Amino acid sequence: MTRYAMAVDLDRCVGCQTCTASCKHANATPPGVQWRRVLDMEFGHYPDVARVFVPMACQHCDDPPCMDVCPTQATRKRPDGIVTIDYDVCIGCAYCVVACPYDARTKVAKPTFAFGKPTPSEAARFDDARIGVATKCTFCVERIDAGTAKGLTPGVDPEATPACVNSCIAKALTFGDIEDPQSDVAKAVANNAHFRMHAELGTGPRVYYLYDRQRDGRREDGAPEMGEPAAIV
Amino acid sequence: MTYTGCPALQKAWDARAAMNFICGGTGSGLIVFAVAGDARGFALQVLLLAGLVLVGGGLSCVWHELGRPRRALNVFRHARTSWMSREAIAAALLVPVTLAAMLGVSGMAMLAAIVAAAFAVCQARMLQASRAIPAWREPLVAPLLVVSAFVEGGGLFFAASPWLSAGDAQVLVFFGSFVLVRVVVFLVYRRAIAGAVPQAGLAALDRAGAVLHATTIASLVGVALVGSGIAGETWTFAVASLAGIAALAGGVYLKSTLVLRAAYRQAPALSHLPARGRR
Repeated sequence: MTRYAMAVDLDRCVGCQTCTASCKHANATPPGVQWRRVLDMEFGHYPDVARVFVPMACQHCDDPPCMDVCPTQATRKRPDGIVTIDYDVCIGCAYCVVACPYDARTKVAKPTFAFGKPTPSEAARFDDARIGVATKCTFCVERIDAGTAKGLTPGVDPEATPACVNSCIAKALTFGDIEDPQSDVAKAVANNAHFRMHAELGTGPRVYYLYDRQRDGRREDGAPEMGEPAAIV
Repeated sequence: MTYTGCPALQKAWDARAAMNFICGGTGSGLIVFAVAGDARGFALQVLLLAGLVLVGGGLSCVWHELGRPRRALNVFRHARTSWMSREAIAAALLVPVTLAAMLGVSGMAMLAAIVAAAFAVCQARMLQASRAIPAWREPLVAPLLVVSAFVEGGGLFFAASPWLSAGDAQVLVFFGSFVLVRVVVFLVYRRAIAGAVPQAGLAALDRAGAVLHATTIASLVGVALVGSGIAGETWTFAVASLAGIAALAGGVYLKSTLVLRAAYRQAPALSHLPARGRR
């Protein structure tokens, strides 16, 4: 069965935020709302410091906390693993917002535009259904559905692939059917050390963060292999 | 070793949500105490009505926070897993049952107390189900909120009892025990979250803990003075009112802290760091 997932190669991400911009362009999110963003995290003290860029969005969890708490069934999980929100059913209680450990959801109370009044583009793409309800990354589900309807393969054919993945300048993002061993995402996960954020919370996130096992110096179980990273806290 | 980012305070639920927990807890606790305290006649009617108004007031606060308030009835659609749906169902049941109890329908008072207790449990479990917020997802938060709801309602009952000639020595012991249990559960909860909640959240909870300790002492002294008869008829009204309000105030401050000031989100965390330039 198809199960969509994303791999994020932390070694490759340069923090350019092109995925953030392309997501905003593709999904017409209002100012202040980022369905996809790249965190700029710093660790340690000079001179032993590390700077990490971490692309974040909805993790399309196997057991999404947002879906369990949603009182309206507006949040659902499709058989292919994509977590969706029915804007016509959501009441905007924001319970899902406080339940998501990835801070992936946003509720916009009123229409907002970049320059106060809507630009022609904003006016054309404004969707009242998204006001007062929870919104989040959908893995560009419309592109996936439209693409697969044409016989295209998500993760391979750009027309059927999330906008962020298409736009990534460093090929840090890989998308596809993780149940298909020949897919790029399945290979990326199989051939690289990886972790899933907050997996200990039992959410079963479908975003895999790849890292370099040797340089990181620790085994899969977290035990040091080559010693602790120097002075990084 | 985990590399953790900066946790942020949740902003999605504001004072209106906190009011739902405060008023809902107090109202449901008051209904429970009104029945457990064996209030009768006019006293029972007044206390049940006050409890119902408080629960309704809390729900109306949270209704104003909804992004799409006209769709509010959709809240009933997911009782299978959502504690918010269950809370709404409990509230919807509470109204007719409590009204029937006020009208003196046999057996309805006990049923109202059971539904009110269920409402308090649903509210408490709502917070616990929020996996994004370490101060909320700690399992002890549920008993803490339920006990606090009973103490808040009990506080109101205690404060009103001299005026309404309701309550007896047994209910006084009952109330005093809950006051004591609340502070004990808080201390155990505080210890359980020590490693999970950021320092700013713990500091806020410690302030709430100090208020809780002070109000607990005030309430217990009040209970002792009234229970032993030292307060005498002249002072019973004032002592009971102050002790009851102290118990209520402790719960109000605790809940507002939990919802608004200690609710730091789970920070992004990396179990491994990247090594750029390798591939």
